[in-house]
Order: sequence, then C-alpha cells, then structure tokens
Amino acid sequence: MSVHLKQDSVDDRNVLDKTGQGVIGEPIERPEGLLKVTGTAPYAAEFKIPDCLEGVLVTAPILRGKVKSIDRDAVLSMPGVVAVLSDERMTGRAAQGMANAAPFQPAQDVEYWGQPVALVVAESFEEARDAAKHLPIEYETEEGPIDPAAVETSPAQDPTRQGDLAQAMNEAAHSVDVTITTEGHASAAMEPHAAIAQWDGSSLSVHASLQMLKFNRTELADSLGLDESKVRLLSPYVGGGFGSKLGISQEAVAASIAAMELGRPVRVVMSRQQVFQTIMRRTETQQRIRLAADADGKLTGFGHEARISNLPNEDFPEPVIQSSQFLYAGENRLLTLDMARIHRMTAGSVRAPGEAVGVQTVEQAMDMLAEKIGIDPIELRLKNLPDQHPVKGMPYSSRKLAECLQQGAEAFGWEKRPRKPRHTREGEWWIGTGVASAARIHAVVEAKARVSLQPDGTGMVESDMTDIGTGTYSILSQIAGEMLGLEPKDVLVRLGDTDFPPGSGSGGSMGASSTGSAVFLACEDLREQLARKLNVEPASMVLKDGFARWDGGQKALTELLDGDEITATGHFEPGDSTEDNLVSSFGAFFAEVAVNHWTGESRVRRMTGAFGFGRVLNRRTARSQCLGGMTWCIGNALTESLLFDPVDGHLANCDLAEYHVPVHRDVPDLQVLMLEERDGAASPIQAKGVGELGLCGGAGAIANAIYDACGARVFEYPMTPDRVLAALERV
Amino acid sequence: MRPFDYQRAERLEHASQLAADSETLPLAGGTNLIDLMKLQVETPQTLVDIGRLSMGEIAEEGEGLRIGALATNTATAAHPRVRADYPVLARAILAGATQQLRNKATTGGNLCQRTRCYYFTNIDQPCNKREPGSGCGAIDGVARLHGILGTSPQCIATYPGDMAVAMAALDATVEITGESGERSVPVRDFHRLPGDTPEKDNVLEPGEIITAVTLPAPVSGKHIYRKVRERSSYAFALCSVAAIVDMAEGRITRADLAFGGLAHKPWHDPRIAELLVDSEPSLALFDKAADLLLEGAQGYGENDFKIPLTRRTLTAVLCDATGVEA
Amino acid sequence: MAITINGQEHALPDDPRVTLLDLLRGDAGLTGTKKGCDHGQCGACTVLVNGMRINSCLALAVTHDGDEVTTIEGLGSPTEPGVMQSAFLAHDGFQCGYCTPGQICSATAMLEEIKAGWPSDATEDLEGAPEITGEEIRERMSGNLCRCGAYTNIVAAIREAAGEDA
Ligand SMILES: Cc1cc2nc3c(=O)[nH]c(=O)nc-3n(C[C@H](O)[C@H](O)[C@H](O)COP(=O)(O)OP(=O)(O)OC[C@H]3O[C@@H](n4cnc5c(N)ncnc54)[C@H](O)[C@@H]3O)c2cc1C
Ligand code: SF4
Ligand code: FES
Ligand code: FES
Repeated sequence: MSVHLKQDSVDDRNVLDKTGQGVIGEPIERPEGLLKVTGTAPYAAEFKIPDCLEGVLVTAPILRGKVKSIDRDAVLSMPGVVAVLSDERMTGRAAQGMANAAPFQPAQDVEYWGQPVALVVAESFEEARDAAKHLPIEYETEEGPIDPAAVETSPAQDPTRQGDLAQAMNEAAHSVDVTITTEGHASAAMEPHAAIAQWDGSSLSVHASLQMLKFNRTELADSLGLDESKVRLLSPYVGGGFGSKLGISQEAVAASIAAMELGRPVRVVMSRQQVFQTIMRRTETQQRIRLAADADGKLTGFGHEARISNLPNEDFPEPVIQSSQFLYAGENRLLTLDMARIHRMTAGSVRAPGEAVGVQTVEQAMDMLAEKIGIDPIELRLKNLPDQHPVKGMPYSSRKLAECLQQGAEAFGWEKRPRKPRHTREGEWWIGTGVASAARIHAVVEAKARVSLQPDGTGMVESDMTDIGTGTYSILSQIAGEMLGLEPKDVLVRLGDTDFPPGSGSGGSMGASSTGSAVFLACEDLREQLARKLNVEPASMVLKDGFARWDGGQKALTELLDGDEITATGHFEPGDSTEDNLVSSFGAFFAEVAVNHWTGESRVRRMTGAFGFGRVLNRRTARSQCLGGMTWCIGNALTESLLFDPVDGHLANCDLAEYHVPVHRDVPDLQVLMLEERDGAASPIQAKGVGELGLCGGAGAIANAIYDACGARVFEYPMTPDRVLAALERV
Repeated sequence: MRPFDYQRAERLEHASQLAADSETLPLAGGTNLIDLMKLQVETPQTLVDIGRLSMGEIAEEGEGLRIGALATNTATAAHPRVRADYPVLARAILAGATQQLRNKATTGGNLCQRTRCYYFTNIDQPCNKREPGSGCGAIDGVARLHGILGTSPQCIATYPGDMAVAMAALDATVEITGESGERSVPVRDFHRLPGDTPEKDNVLEPGEIITAVTLPAPVSGKHIYRKVRERSSYAFALCSVAAIVDMAEGRITRADLAFGGLAHKPWHDPRIAELLVDSEPSLALFDKAADLLLEGAQGYGENDFKIPLTRRTLTAVLCDATGVEA
Repeated sequence: MAITINGQEHALPDDPRVTLLDLLRGDAGLTGTKKGCDHGQCGACTVLVNGMRINSCLALAVTHDGDEVTTIEGLGSPTEPGVMQSAFLAHDGFQCGYCTPGQICSATAMLEEIKAGWPSDATEDLEGAPEITGEEIRERMSGNLCRCGAYTNIVAAIREAAGEDA
C-alpha cells in the first residue's frame, strides 16, 4: 500500500496528540546509542571487506589550469602500488545539496588550489599515501581572481525593493548604517569523507558518508555513466555532515571508478587537509545593514545588502538575506545578494546556510539601534515583529519569537534596562550580556518511508534517510510507536540504504518533518488496515501497548495480524501549505561574555537559547540539536575563519589545529528552552526544522555582549583578540 | 610517510652514533615528528627510537632540578618540586597542547618541536626552512602566527612551544651528548634565529642528543605564565609571557622574563630586567619595558597586532606580579 | 614483538610506518577508535596505553611493543557497557557518535588523573589536590573535539560517572 500526500492545506488535526501511546516528544535514549558509545556502530570506512585496496587522492597544487600529463610509471614501480587513475569521470568538486546530477567533470580541469585530479591505489594505506605524494603531474596553469573584495559582483538573486530605503534613512528619528564581515567557515565534521566501493561486474555498492542518499545515488550514477538501478549506497552511520556530505563527493566517485577498473573493492578516505581544501566552504560575506526607525522605535526602513562568493559556474548562493525577508518590520526595504566569482573551493552548504551568518549581523545592528533610541533591546525587537510577511503579506504559520525573547530573558536573568557598556568588571575581565533573535526558514521535501507491522507485533520503519547525529533513529521510532501503539524500542528503524524507499535525506533541517511525515502517512494507512480488519472506524480505535482497543473490545496486534505482516509506504510531498504561509522556526539567544581588558580575549560564560520549532518530537535529541547549534555560535563569533593565501589562493589553515572549532573549554553549560507549539502548515506532524536554528543569530548575542562588556563594537567575525583589541583602542 | 628503517637505541652512545647520519632522526614521543613525517615535511631514512633509554628521570641536582630528556611533559608538570619551586614551568607546560599530547611529549622533543608555520607544513608551498632557497611563502602570505622579533627576510617563523619559554625565564640549561662528548647550552641560546640559514632550528649538530634540562636553584618571587590564544585551550600562543618577579620594600628585586610566540626562540632581553630591577613598579615603567622589548619589532601585515598585544600582555603580567592597578 | 590490546596479544606490523591507530582499525579489526585528523588535532583516536591516554594517530605501532592498550571496545560492550559509556548514553553525550569513543576513553583516564592529583591549566592551586569541577573537566577534555557540539552533555555525563565512582 502506498499513501501519497501533497500538503496543500494546514493540518491541524494534531493526530499525534490524540493517539494513546504517549511516546511522542518523550526524551527517549537513542536506539543506536549503545552502539555509538561502545564503538560498535560502523562508519563508512569501517566495513570489513576482504581484499580491499586503499586509494589516496592526489590534489593539484595550482590555482587553475589543466592536467597536461601524468607520469604514472614513476609511482607504479613503487612498492604495493596497483594503479594510478586519472579518469575523466572523476569529479573535482562535490555536488551541491540536491543537485541530483554529476558534479563538475572532468577533475583534470583545475579550478581551485587543492582540487583532486588523480587517485593512487595500493595494497596498503601507507604505500598509497606515499605514492600519492610522489606522483609527477605536469600542469598548464592559468591565472584567476582570488580576492572576493577585488572583483565585480553580479546579482545572485532578484533584489527585494519596497518603498525608498534611502529616504527612510534620511527621515528616520534614529538610524543605523553598518557594514559587517564574516569569514569563510568549514563544516569540519569529525568523520572525514570516506567511501568503500565494490563492483561485481554489473552493479556497484558503496559504503559512504553521505547525507542525502537518493540524490547521491543519482549523482554517482550520473558521474559514472551508470544506470541508477545499478548503484546502491549505504550510510547507516554518518560521523557528522553539517552540509559537507549533502552531495556526492570526490572520494566516492574515485573509489567507484577504481573498483570498476580494478575489479577489487577500493577504500578512499580523505585526509583532514583534503577535507578542508576540497569540500564545501561557507562563503565569506560582507553585509551592509541599514535600519531606520521613528521616535518610538518602530522600524520604517530595513536594508540588508550582502556580498558572497563562489567559483565560476557554481550556482549556490549563500542565502544571507533569507530571514531578513520576514524577521522584522519596516515598510521601506532593500535586500540584495551579490556574487563575486573567485577561485576558491566550492562554496556550498555549511550548517544553516544563509541565516548562520545573516542573522547575527542584523542582530548587531538592532542592538545598536536600541542603544540609540535608549530602549531595552528586547523591547525594540518586540515592537517590530510584523503581523504578516512585510513584503508578500502572507501570515506566519506560527511564531514563538516574542515568547522566546520573554521566557528566555527570564530564564537567563536578563536585566531590563537601557544598555550602557562597561558596567561590570571582575579583575581583568569586563562582563557583559547580549541578546539576539533566532530565525531559520522551514522547508520540507519529498520523502518516502515504508512502515510495517511484523507478525510478532513489532514495527519496522525503512527509508534511505540518514541519521547524521540528529536523532532520526529516535524520532522515527517514536512517530511509528505513537501511531501504532508500540514502545519505540519495539520499532526497528532501518536507515541509510538506497534499497529502502527514498526518504528526504538529512539537510536544511528538513529530515525530521519530511521523512517523519512519510512515516506518519504510512502509519495512518496501517491504522486503517487494522481498523478494516476489526470493522471499526479508524478514529474510534486506540492502539496502545500492542493492543487495539475499540468501543466494546480489545485485541492484541499479534492476534489481529494472525501471522501476517502488514505494510504501507508513505509518500510525502510539500505543497501550498508552505507557500501560502510563512513557515519558519524562531527563537532567542542570551549570552554572558567576559572580555579581557588587556588581551581582548573573549570567553562565553553563560548562554541561553529559547526556541520554538513546532512539535518537539524528542526533547532529548532536539535539545542536543540546539546545544550543537549554540556551540557553533561560539565558534562563529569568536574563533572560526578560513584563511586564504593572498598570493596563490590556497587555504592556509587547512587542519584542526589552525582552523579553530570550539573546544570543551570554550563552551560553558548551555541552557536550552523549548517552547512547544503546533505548526500544521509546516508538516502533517506539526513539526518544523530544529537542526540549524540554534546557530542562526547567536553569534550576534555574543557580539552584543562583547560590546556591553567592554564598549567595543567589533564589525568583523570572528572576534579574535586582535580584532577586539583594535576595536577597544578605538573606544 | 616515506619508508624508513626503524632502529631502537639500546644505549645513549648507540643513539648518537646512529643519529650522526644526516638522514637519521631521533624519535622520542613522536607527537611532532610523526605528524611531520606524514606530511613528508620530514623524510628521514632512519628513525632511531630513543624512547626506551633511561633518560626520563626528574631528580634533584644540587639545589636545582634535572629533568631528563625523556621525562614526559605530564610528569614534569605534575612533579611536586616543579609545582612547588618552579610553578612557571608547570603552568607553561599545562598551557600547551592537551593531556593526551603531554602524556607523550618529552622534554627534548618539546624543545626541538618545529614551527607551526602553515607553509612549512605544506610541501606544495615555498619555504626556506624546509627547502632552502625555495622562498618564504609566509612573508607575503598568511602570517598570523608569525614572528615580530629576530626575523629575517628568509624566514619569519616562530618557535611555537610554551615549556621552553618558562625554561628561558628560569635560565635553565640544556644538557647535550654527542659523539664528541657532552656540552651544555643555556635554553636562552638553544634555538636559533633564522638569519640566512632558517633550516637550522637550534644549535644541535647531527648526532647530538639532548639528555636533560637542568633548572638552577629556585628563586623567590611570583611565577606567572600568561598565554594569549584564540581558543581557551588547545591552541598555540599568539604571544606568551613567562615571568618570575619579586618585590621588596616597594621595589622590584627580580624580573626574569621571557616571551613566546614572537620569535624563533623564547625571547629574553636582559635589558628588561636591568630596567625593572630596583625600580618602583608603575604603568609608565612597564611601558618603558615594553618599549625596550619591542624596539626592533617588525610586523608582516597580518601579525602587526602582535606588537600592541605583546605590550598589553606584558603590562598585564607586570601589574599582576607587582600589584599595580591598571 | 607484540602488543596487548584489550587483554589480547597482537602481532606488531612489519611496516614501521603503521600507526597504533591504523593497527587498531586495520589488522586488529577494532574500528571503535576513530580517525578524525591523523595529526593529533582532534582526539578521536584517544586510547589508553598502560593506563595513560594518548593520541594513537601519532604513535608508531612498533614503538609500543610490550605495551597494554585499552580501546573503547575494552571499556564495555553493547550488552555490558561500562560506567562511562552508560553515562554518555544517559546524558546524550554524543550525536553523530564519531568523537564519542575518544571522548569516553579520554574521560575515563581523566578521572584517574584527577585522582592522582595531576594539575591542569584550570587548577588554581598547583600544590593542592585538584577537584572535579566543570572548569577542570572542560580544560582536561579540551583535547577531544566534538563538532556536533555535545560538550554540555558530555560534561554532565562525566560528572555522573565520577559520582558513581566516588
Ligand atoms: C595539535 C597539537 C597542538 C600542540 N600544542 C602545543 C602547545 O600549545 N604548546 C606546546 O608547547 N606544544 C604544543 N604541541 C607540540 C608538542 O608539545 C610537541 O609535539 C611535543 O612536545 C614534542 O615532543 P615529542 O617527544 O613528542 O617529540 P618528537 O616528535 O619525538 O620529536 C620532535 C623533534 O625533536 C627531536 N628530538 C626528540 N627528542 C630529542 C632528544 N632527546 N635529543 C635531540 N633531538 C630530539 C626529534 O628528532 C624531532 O625532530 C602541540 C602538538 C600538536 C600535535
Ligand atoms: S616563515 Fe619560515 S617556515 Fe614559514 S614559509 Fe617562511 S621560511 Fe618557511
Ligand atoms: S585522529 Fe588522532 S588526534 Fe585526530
Ligand atoms: S558526537 Fe559528532 S563529533 Fe561529537
């Protein structure tokens, strides 16, 4: 049985609140947790496959050009070396999220420093790695622009223009006009990109570390010129993605080609340096924010003009201004996004593309405006929450922003007062607090999942959906458990295999609502099948603890199934409900930061996040997603930046020693509030995205706290000691 | 890694004999050498594993303390005498790397650890230190980590360690054994400035092995190690100050200072102690000390910030040490 | 030449280039120990060697002959998880799970180090006995990166495990 829903209307039946099991939302432990804490969950490179060869990618140490010749013989004679491949089907880049087609080929046309151009395969990893370092390659080199600030830009999307912002600025009682920059970020998932490919002469099977398998399968098949039905991908465990594994990447394509050529399984794992140099970066940005307000603090103008970059012929524009479209009021609006074309590795999705760098700048500007007006920054935000989309006029499906600001403030102990910096000093440290709003657009995509009730009364969910740490295994077992009257532990969730129905994949915080809805639909169908067996109305039947109960009787599911398995496939598609409504998750951040008077070192001492993202499917895993996002806020605000060489354009800090992701000591105990709501426009399970929300704006709260602490407004992220000091010296 | 021949040294003489070959390197904890061998920055034909020689002892020597070359950073920092009498050293070690790394890292290896310059560790980039004559990628490139003192047009790299900075402040001595016998060199003179030969990091000759570092008798005073870094842990110093400062009757009686993150050696300038000792502490005095320290300082664009940062960090340390209020 | 891994003797590799990490993940078949960077920069490869935590990616296997290695698999199994493993599970001290074995090995050794009185950068009184505070745990665990950002929960898990131990 297959049930299909294209969601054109709001579903406020809130079915999951009416079923009887009571497991939805509960903070159950992750079903796969024991495997993870005991080191027995296998990640891509860890499948034990006999006779497996080891491949190491060779990367080009040039900015731009073409491979002229490769002296294969020079390394083929080295011990253990089996092959040198530089096939035209190899890809120099990873595919963008949901590209659904091969990424740029051939790999031998080099467009950025560090692009993979060849693969050396040997019997052992050490042999392959050594040979890869010694492969002589001749290039025809070309010049190319590398400085995003030095090239002309072109619009990356149609600007939003309404009214006259310049005039609003002129007539404003209070205004802010500020330019803020952010630097490139890396996803830096802890598991490096890895693949093991096996070819049996007609079909290909690849263990890989990927987020969106149905797309990845098409991308891989298209790269290789194979029929999709001949390709199987397996990613049951993924050691973090954050966007970096949305599209098929170079190692998976290269391993597949090698396995097909050599007739033996081949494993290719990127080195950490290669991951930094060849996998998606988040673009650096330059953002001008203009805010105009009347004497009461009502916004009359709102401008957000952003510059981003990408490689020539890469479409992806970091949607920096995405939530500026709808977060705050202001009838005169100008929102623009302009693209510079430069030769750095592909710019693509890194956790919360757009909002992850676009909200914090607006939130800094709002802080400055509140100061000018002389009101509490929370009050300024509350005054400027529009009743409807400020340009398109559609309603907000649900918006807990005001409640998040208020309840978050209370939990944090926010002192409502006009802000005046340098109010508290402890020894060498200035202490300050800051607030920011959070916003992240909600999206859903097509997804399928198969759910069955087994003769023994247990449930099974199958989808090629992935769990990249987000909690998919947990929440799908809860949705199915809730619908079918089973404890989650009695629902086996099988993921990460393209032999299962295609789910949404994990990306853009879409996974839970999209694939979760597919599971929900399948379960609704199973409920109907059971009701039919009982000859009762589905609505009058309660499924609980393995029993079906109805007016006048009850029956164990095992008895009802009578040795049979019943199955349904749910097929969810987004429809008008997310078009007719503005659907977004919202929240608020509060941070307390200490800034060292002497050195400009800034440390986050406390941080609270309050979030509304529809139905909370599992309070434990949802909270963890928020914690993760807030941890990223700290890196975003204080430590993370990709440093590119100004001469040849290569990425200088291409490792985890010099690209500074936050360590334990950078992160205090973080406090998370989750404000339950139901959003029937978001999905039939009333859930919205949560995986990225925790990162959207929080760096602004930290920046505002730095100002409140020491009186220095820093306009460059990350706010490293040198930048804070420079700003302090301007005070 | 290039293939290499692995030899385990049974005796010290054996080690220095083997290491006399220019293609041989001694291996201690391996936390720096293995890292660089994977990158093929280091490509020794032979590795002589000195890890099992008995050079790990930390023992009293006169009134001072002798720290064996193979004593782990952990053992040194946790040693009761170090904690009681040389806290600046314990603090410096604990401010470096991580517990996992310090459990492996040794005294000798830490002194000899190589620069963290991004161009040095990337064999597809020019670097005079790694490949003399190939140029210096950092000088017009990303020089955030780089030196402001004692640099040369050939190389602007820094010595990245923390432990040695404290040892320089303490005026410790490096004990060295080679085929031609033993010698000792003050830590302050152990590392080399790049000049025209940046490939030579320190004064060790082929075959010479560090056997120990000796600390002189402890001196009274306040011990401070202040490390400024981008993360609150697990990051190399943007700049650091090791200080032993004592006061009597309102005047400074001792000011042994050394600086990290600024040069290819722990920076020690005797003029600073001369200025400070016998003076009454004040912000103006500290400013003069910073003037002296930074007299010849030169930034390379990206690291210009180190000049004001060092001035401020020095002032912070001296305020902390003397009780002067900012 | 041999090495003992979780109580079992294992031959050392012929190629001296093989790191302890690659030996564990390869020949020894113990893939619980993770490779996150291969350069001592992330802590995913943390194992205990003679009780001390080290980064197995920067250790040549041949240098460890005669040593006793404990990996995550040696600390418990899905049917009999160890105290620290259970605490991580109970506090959701992980998300993707990739840094997790390293965190757990590290935390296990860390509690012993505090007991042994070793100071850390966060220890105020160098000569006193260090205590199990949040700041101490965070400093001492800073060699284990978690990109998923599970730090808050990891600290909670360690505190619980420490309490059970005490
Ligand atoms: C990610 C990371 C972060 C780090 N952060 C810091 C930090 O913040 N502060 C800090 O100070 N350090 C830091 N370190 C460096 C670490 O402290 C050094 O790697 C370590 O001290 C080196 O000691 P080892 O015994 O492992 O040396 P090895 O790697 O064994 O050797 C290093 C060098 O010294 C030579 N050598 C070793 N012993 C002797 C001897 N007895 N005689 C002569 N030559 C010898 C070797 O031939 C080699 O050239 C960090 C390292 C890493 C990987
Ligand atoms: S600064 Fe020194 S180590 Fe760095 S690239 Fe220049 S020569 Fe090499
Ligand atoms: S893999 Fe060893 S520290 Fe990262
Ligand atoms: S759980 Fe994913 S990196 Fe820590």
